[in-house]
Amino acid sequence: MSAQFLQFLFAGLTVGAIYALAGLGYALVYSASGVINFAQGQFVMLGAMATVGLLGAGLPYFAAVPVAIIITIVVGMLAEKLAVRPAHGSSIVTLIVITLGVGELIKGSVQVVLDRSTHTLPSIGGGGTVDIAGAFISTQGLWVIGVTFLCVLLVGYFLNSTLTGKAMRAVSCNRLAAQLVGIKPDRMLLMSFAISAALGAIGGILITPISFISYDSGTMIGLKGFVAAALGGLGNAPGAIVGGLVLGLLESFTAGYISSAYKDAVAFILIILVFFVTPNGLFGAKSSERV
Amino acid sequence: MLKTLGNIVGAAIVAGLLTTSTYAQEEPIKLGIVLSTSGPVGFLGAAEENALDMLVHQVNEEGGINGRQIEMIAYNDNSDAAQANTFTQRLVNSDEVDLIIGGTISPIAMAMIPIVERGGVPYISVGGSLAIVDPVKKWVFKTPHTDRQVAQRMLMDLQDQGSQKIGVLFENSGFGQSGLKELKAYAGEYGVEIVAEEQFGTSDTDTTPQLTKIRDTAGVQAVVIFAGAGAPPAIATKSYANLGMKLPLYLPHSAVSPEYLALTAGAAEGARMPTALFVVRDAVPEDSAQKTIIEKFYTDYEERYGVVPPPFAANTYDAGLIAIDALKRTTSLDKAAIRDAIEETKDLVGLQGVFTMSPEDHHGLPFTSLKMFVVEDNQFKLLD
Amino acid sequence: MSGDTYRVAGLILALIAAYFVIPDAFVMDLWIRIMLISVVVIGLNLLFGYTGQISLGHAGFIGIGSYGSAIMTAHLQIHPVLGLLAMAVATGFFAYLIARPILSLKGHHLAMATLGIGVIVTIVLNNETAWTGGSDGLVVEPLRLFGGPIYDGGQWYVIAAGMLVVVVWGALNLVRSPAGRALRAIHGSEIAAQVAGIDVSALKVRIFALSAILASVVGSLEAHYLGFISPGTAGFGRSILLMTMVVVGGMGSVFGSILGAAILLLLPQVLAAVSVWETAAFGIVLVATMIFMPRGLVPTIGSLVRRRAR
Repeated sequence: MSAQFLQFLFAGLTVGAIYALAGLGYALVYSASGVINFAQGQFVMLGAMATVGLLGAGLPYFAAVPVAIIITIVVGMLAEKLAVRPAHGSSIVTLIVITLGVGELIKGSVQVVLDRSTHTLPSIGGGGTVDIAGAFISTQGLWVIGVTFLCVLLVGYFLNSTLTGKAMRAVSCNRLAAQLVGIKPDRMLLMSFAISAALGAIGGILITPISFISYDSGTMIGLKGFVAAALGGLGNAPGAIVGGLVLGLLESFTAGYISSAYKDAVAFILIILVFFVTPNGLFGAKSSERV
Repeated sequence: MLKTLGNIVGAAIVAGLLTTSTYAQEEPIKLGIVLSTSGPVGFLGAAEENALDMLVHQVNEEGGINGRQIEMIAYNDNSDAAQANTFTQRLVNSDEVDLIIGGTISPIAMAMIPIVERGGVPYISVGGSLAIVDPVKKWVFKTPHTDRQVAQRMLMDLQDQGSQKIGVLFENSGFGQSGLKELKAYAGEYGVEIVAEEQFGTSDTDTTPQLTKIRDTAGVQAVVIFAGAGAPPAIATKSYANLGMKLPLYLPHSAVSPEYLALTAGAAEGARMPTALFVVRDAVPEDSAQKTIIEKFYTDYEERYGVVPPPFAANTYDAGLIAIDALKRTTSLDKAAIRDAIEETKDLVGLQGVFTMSPEDHHGLPFTSLKMFVVEDNQFKLLD
Repeated sequence: MSGDTYRVAGLILALIAAYFVIPDAFVMDLWIRIMLISVVVIGLNLLFGYTGQISLGHAGFIGIGSYGSAIMTAHLQIHPVLGLLAMAVATGFFAYLIARPILSLKGHHLAMATLGIGVIVTIVLNNETAWTGGSDGLVVEPLRLFGGPIYDGGQWYVIAAGMLVVVVWGALNLVRSPAGRALRAIHGSEIAAQVAGIDVSALKVRIFALSAILASVVGSLEAHYLGFISPGTAGFGRSILLMTMVVVGGMGSVFGSILGAAILLLLPQVLAAVSVWETAAFGIVLVATMIFMPRGLVPTIGSLVRRRAR
């Protein structure tokens, strides 16, 4: 019985870490610009698919990974420069539709340039599982959880303790005031897209040995990531992590103890209830500061 | 309100531009195609379209059928039933095709059926569900093995292996749902009892909670993972291996593909699945009636596209063979005559088996054309 | 008022003219779909474009209407028109019940909650296989009016066009009425609207229920028209598409809703010409439209025309 409980816990943590990594990118772009970037899921997909393509072209793993991350960063910056910036000052939904369009463009291009099959990537350290008191967790799952925490620490440090990070937060609080003290808002937005694209790519490469990847995976990853980020207060990086883990655990325990048919529905109902209790998400009190 | 008119005219022009015409002496045969070459099942549709394209090219190069070239009008439904429905309307009413092949997955095939039935156009579906041809519909035929046949073949093997109590993990797609339904319906006949049933979503990345529950159910002797093609069967298999489960594992024919072996990378050792013989090229015996066509299919496809064809390509290839065979036996392009000819298909050797249709059977593949395979050393091996 | 009368008259004339110009049954089919979905988009535009309340789950209400009608006509042998009306009432009631708590949420939480409703509807449709047929979907009986079944595209054109005209006329009237001004006030600032004496939450709830009823009615009609439905009818992707139609056509524009629906339904047909690049091209068109016309087609073009006239 307790082994069963542990197994549900491990499954929830592994899946939750995947959602959390996807949610982190949303949180970052939102905290820098107030834009909800619905192309985030496609950054995740692009990072993983680019790695697959580069490995297929004969590059070794340690070379393919950084190149794929750089490709994704470049695409993220192009998206900001060519699609989001020209629409500067438009309503939030206009920007949402633009990022959806960017996502479709990325997805449509990957499908033609690479392929439409499902792929996997090598696990770090060869894979395998760890047995803890009769329950199993894959080593790759541990890597995902570890890197997720590392990312949130780095992002937190960047936003709170570096000048650029502080400038980025300043822009999101008050664009005009930030401009008056000499911050260039456009550069901050560009940087937030670059970082979230990098986070997406790293996430994609890490989760692929567990979840597999195809050109079409980005939409669903993006949706779960959005839910994770919104649950955590949207502009809040640690909140996105907690949101992702909570979502993963909800799904896993519902599937285990209630019904595998209605696990996503139960998770959604609980999330909506959370909103009623804390109208600003789990980290409501802090949301006005946007970490 | 000129924009209203403009749009209609625009749509009409586009419709005109898209019909590619091929020059021929006789009036060409118009073959309409609706496949999902993008979207979630785009990986199926792309190979399916390739196989048909190849077949049609070969026929046209050899001078066509009874002096007529085949003109292919192909649309991509983006894995969306509503779009498939529209494109079928377009094929029936605007392009006025003589017959239609398509419907990559069962829900899409089902969405196309009302239109071909109303429009009176012969339609060979490539979706898996039995519901497509049961009850029999006047204008509708289909090629791949049904989920019922696959379930029966699995149960037969479970019985042979002495597994009486099984747990089922199914994908909550149409394929998985009807797999469970058929397993339940026929389990009794083979002395098998389903003691646990769990499901998972197509985009889920982990199924260990569900499999843990099946594992912890008393008396389970074997596990069936009923999931469609692509990631889902591989995800579930990996969860199974991660839990260190050692019970006999069964999967449906959709899992038998090189992709499944690449994704599971050893996690599928010992898994058993029923599928058509052609899927594992090396396992086809020399004296098989299908040997020639199977070799031709693999050789031609690799030569034309430079890759090994995935098994789904056979769904449309066989549909194409049935269509060509029927068209050879008809002299006019009368749709009713083509329909009758398809219904009279007899002993047609295809990839998935030998097709013999009748007014009561618009599928025509016998259940015995499914063979049991097992994964050994990350390869599919034919059993017995 | 008179301006609206001319506009509605123009729409009626255009729809009549279009009927005689339509070349074949395929284009007819496309137009019927555009007109049906336009009705949903107009409802969503009232909720979102005018009142400022986002919904990422409106396809869920289409799904409730579709499946409700399909199940009632097939399992319970209820007349399709009665089924349609019953579902409209049921959906309206359901929307009314959930609207008050849900609309108390703001911004992305509202987006999430409505998205959740759509997702939950899809999951129920997918799982309750005994009633809904599951993922494989459900065959739906034809609509019956005056005794006989309706298959003919021409008849459907009249039904869809008739409904569109009524809804456009009603929406224009609503927008110009004091209630419409109140809706826009809510969009501007809820607190200011409240201070001005508007019962903000009651009004939001009513407009939410109205848009859900329109979606349900269209769902019922669409199910009978297509003859087949699957859970994708209610899916997340479709909710996003409806949202995109509102934004592309123009927020706060009734005629923009029709144009948005037409463009997004015609695009896949047009883009079939670029075959494999279809998805990428769709993305480019979407981005370009929003960059050059951030307020949507009709408002942007409208202000251009006005500027030129001046």
